[in-house]
Amino acid sequence: MEMISIWIAAILTLGIFSFLYKDNPLYKACEALFVGVSAAYWAIVFYFDNIYKKFYEGAVTADEPDYFLWIGAILGLLFLTRLIPKIGWVSRWPMALIVGATAGLWMVGYFVSNAMNQIGSTISGIIVYDTATGFVAWGETFGSLVILVGVLSGLVYFFFSKEHKGVFGATAKVGTWFLMVTFGASFGYTVMSRMSLLIGRVDFLLGDWLGILR
Amino acid sequence: MLSTIAMVLSLIVGLSLIYLLIRTIQGHPVERRIVFIYIGLAVVLPLLMNKTLPLPITKDVQKLYDQLEKLQPGSKVLCAFDYDPPSAPELQPMAVAFLKYAFKKDLKIIIMGLWPQGPQQAQQAIEEAMLDPIIAGKNLVQGEDWVNLGFQSGNEFVIQSMGTEFKRMFPKDNRHIAYGEIPLLQDVVNFSNVDFVINFSAGKPGTTEWVQFGVDRFGFEMVAGNTAVQAPMMYPYLRTGQLKGLLGGMSGAAEFEKILDEKGKASTFLLAQTFAHATVIIFIIIGNLAFFSSRKKKMAGTP
Repeated sequence: MEMISIWIAAILTLGIFSFLYKDNPLYKACEALFVGVSAAYWAIVFYFDNIYKKFYEGAVTADEPDYFLWIGAILGLLFLTRLIPKIGWVSRWPMALIVGATAGLWMVGYFVSNAMNQIGSTISGIIVYDTATGFVAWGETFGSLVILVGVLSGLVYFFFSKEHKGVFGATAKVGTWFLMVTFGASFGYTVMSRMSLLIGRVDFLLGDWLGILR
Repeated sequence: MLSTIAMVLSLIVGLSLIYLLIRTIQGHPVERRIVFIYIGLAVVLPLLMNKTLPLPITKDVQKLYDQLEKLQPGSKVLCAFDYDPPSAPELQPMAVAFLKYAFKKDLKIIIMGLWPQGPQQAQQAIEEAMLDPIIAGKNLVQGEDWVNLGFQSGNEFVIQSMGTEFKRMFPKDNRHIAYGEIPLLQDVVNFSNVDFVINFSAGKPGTTEWVQFGVDRFGFEMVAGNTAVQAPMMYPYLRTGQLKGLLGGMSGAAEFEKILDEKGKASTFLLAQTFAHATVIIFIIIGNLAFFSSRKKKMAGTP
């Protein structure tokens, strides 16, 4: 049975790779199969984990039922009122709850983690000392200065209420360079990650399928 | 034998790149399928060589290792597996290396996932770790030495809720045994009862959510292993100390294997990745040469 699944996976992998030569029926078949299986998989996951495991087992068959789950279930059902145009407006209630709760939760999270902590880290401890020797760690201090300059010039670049001219414009230009370096580094990491995916597939083909790699 | 053939072929492929470079300068552009073939060879041949690269340990990985070393035998570690099979080439070697280290050190592992396939990846990693003779000799018991709580939907809300009570989010483990009947979890109510958290993440929900809804709200210490795509976004958290250590992509995984002395797939994969990157760089140079030579020709042809 395992051998059959390995063969199916190998054929599908090669089918997808065949697109590199040109679009072809085998690729189309593999793509359609992937879309179909993914849709079915996620439908089952959502049904089993949310409706059955979380709601049915938690609110209906549990020894100590969690009645709050009924509120969630009813709100979830209200989404279906969109199917009836006359009472479709009711579906806005659960949507409002989701938007409100998520926005509230994320606002605090972002503000503390991504704003306050990052600002604190940027402006404090610019001069870094080596804990072992007590002297200034020049490499890390330089790194802190680069971050400080990058943050300030990046912020200036996104300040559009003043024309980017003179010292202000030059600072914004420096901000652009920092942004370019950031995009480049990010793209480099993305290439690295995509190569890892390819390596994983090749390892599967050469190892699990052909048995060349041990 | 196979390794030698692969090395010789690599040399030939490398020399043929010089030929392509010369042809490009002469004005013959490279067809895109040729690029695909070269990238394919750059991945296949190093894998056949079965060699590893000398690898320095970066500061981020060293910091992560130092944090792990501080843990005493018997410490409870919450291990969140937030990835799926496509990200396994980068993250699975990290997970396997960590579990081997943890089991050898007698750490108690609590596994969970915010991605449906995460706990399945954890199960595979455990099975691989159990093949190690030292770990196999310990006769570890599920429920006492490690537990797999499975997947829970709800993304960041799960983390938020776990801050109050784990049991509310995970009433049963993946064997359908009730939370209260699992010996390892007898005195584990919420994050304050675990000594450390490690997260293997490939996206959302993942390390960002763990930092924002876990570390910053409940104050536990955490390290993370991330895919290379995600890693750049995590460095700010590392600098502030919100993350205590970070493994980024395949190179992070290979360094982790090296520092733990647990040679695994990442160490072998890294050579393939290095070859692939070198090939990409060469083709970027070739592409630029083709661009400038064609521009020069156009300009020369313009009256």
